Amino acid sequence: MSMLLQVKNVTKRYGGLVANNNISFDVAENEILSVIGPNGAGKSTLFKMIASFTPTSSGEVLYAGERISNLKPHIVARKGVVRTFQETTIFKSMTVRESVVVAQHLRAKASLAGYFWGSKLAQHDIRSFGRYADELLEFLGMASISNELASNLPQGNLRALGIAIGLATDPKVLLLDEPFAGMNHDETMRMVDLVRSVRDERGVTVLLVEHDMPAVMTISDRIIVLNFGEKIAEGTPLEIQKNEKVIEAYLGSADDEIGM
Amino acid sequence: MVFLFVVFVGVPILINITGRWDFYFTLTSVALLAIASAGVWLTFYIGRINIGQGAFALIGAYVSAILVVKAGWSFWVSLPLAGLFAAVVAVVIGLPILRLRGVYFAMITLVLTQVVTLTALALPITNGAKGISSIPLPSGVSLYGLQIIPDFGTMESTKLAFYYTACILMILTYAALYRLVNSRLGHLCRSMQQNEELASSIGVNISYIRILVFAISSFFGGIGGAMFGSISQSVYPSSFQVADSVNFMLNCFLGGLGYVFGPMLGTLVLYFGWDVLFELGKYQMLVYSLILIAVIRFLPNGLLSLRLRKGAEK
Repeated sequence: MSMLLQVKNVTKRYGGLVANNNISFDVAENEILSVIGPNGAGKSTLFKMIASFTPTSSGEVLYAGERISNLKPHIVARKGVVRTFQETTIFKSMTVRESVVVAQHLRAKASLAGYFWGSKLAQHDIRSFGRYADELLEFLGMASISNELASNLPQGNLRALGIAIGLATDPKVLLLDEPFAGMNHDETMRMVDLVRSVRDERGVTVLLVEHDMPAVMTISDRIIVLNFGEKIAEGTPLEIQKNEKVIEAYLGSADDEIGM
Repeated sequence: MVFLFVVFVGVPILINITGRWDFYFTLTSVALLAIASAGVWLTFYIGRINIGQGAFALIGAYVSAILVVKAGWSFWVSLPLAGLFAAVVAVVIGLPILRLRGVYFAMITLVLTQVVTLTALALPITNGAKGISSIPLPSGVSLYGLQIIPDFGTMESTKLAFYYTACILMILTYAALYRLVNSRLGHLCRSMQQNEELASSIGVNISYIRILVFAISSFFGGIGGAMFGSISQSVYPSSFQVADSVNFMLNCFLGGLGYVFGPMLGTLVLYFGWDVLFELGKYQMLVYSLILIAVIRFLPNGLLSLRLRKGAEK
């Protein structure tokens, strides 16, 4: 297995507070890897560091052997590591299709000036963006809502829109931020299938941060568990379920979100 | 098309009939101010309130005046250079300040106009408070013996010529603006305006686009200012003041931030409105302000929203 993404001894300090302490793990190509942990375990911070939305205090993140930590987010996105957000982060006054077209920015071949003058290359881009947007929305089962305004969508569709925007950039690694939060069982299972097909049919490696335990257990090839900023376990869903430290972390923290 | 016809044929005929030749100067000013306002509108498009367009107009006016008077260049060469110089200044100033948002950015741009005014007062090349006066009128341009632009200096009345020049420039500006907003740059601006985090996650280089747009905005400001200087044949540090910067912004508000042609209408109404209310004497400011407040209160999306709403009801 080749390691596509490597997190090496990453630490994040906010003043005296250590949000992530010396965390290391690898993500293999075509894997679905979940990062879980009780509230405040440092999942989100870790996630932000991988997508370079915040710098690391020490340590580094490598993508295909190349350092991607402490760069600008748009450069990391350009290399193929793209994050999604929770549902409120969308382009509110664009339609679903417009959002997906805009998100194909990275695939553009013509220059900005080319678009201004309407060059051949730009026109070609515009046609291909439209086609790809339709294809992608079809694939995600969103074709029927492609002309809806994003701000009018219900929560479940917003989450799917976030994934559509992420996928439109043609990523190699997609980082999903709590894709199942606030969903009921049926919605969650639909989303699980969607994330799986993203990996299976598009060859995208998926790294996700999640609270929803049953979903994580179903979807993940491997799981990383964080607690108080430390990595306490790593393994297959089965191994994690039996891990003493993990059980202790969840039961001991009086966290009611375990749902196991 | 109707609009072009009105501007180039209708208005001159009307002025001929009524004999109000002073309207040419008013309308020329409106056209030029609308160009500068277009720039301000564009900065609104990246989610920044720009109250500094007066600074770039002043810079443009001085650059053009200096090139024409001291270096003896043709006005038509100095015009794009004035815009470019304003754009370069915008890049230098924009690099540090475009990180600021909302009120903070607005405050800095507000100060900018004052800074440029003071600089113009202090520098030897701008001639201090005396300014640069008796700027020669634009000379003719010939290409391969063919006269493209006639010499303004030999004309009996330059009013019509300046009117046409200003209108052509304005139409070019708005055509460019319309094109810009509907091209990829415009789409990227919209994505940034709505959500910067998400925009950067899809690979948009936010700071680059911001600088680029601010430079284009200031280019328009520089062009408008340079043309203004040429028409009045003089530039003073007080040619564009903080109040002018504020007016450029008001034009955008009044016309409607959601419409490309908003600032054009806004400039027309605001400029004419002020003149019409002149009859009221000392109450001019009071009535004017009340009307402005009413418009902003009842038509928060600007005057153009009125027309569109009507259209939707039909």
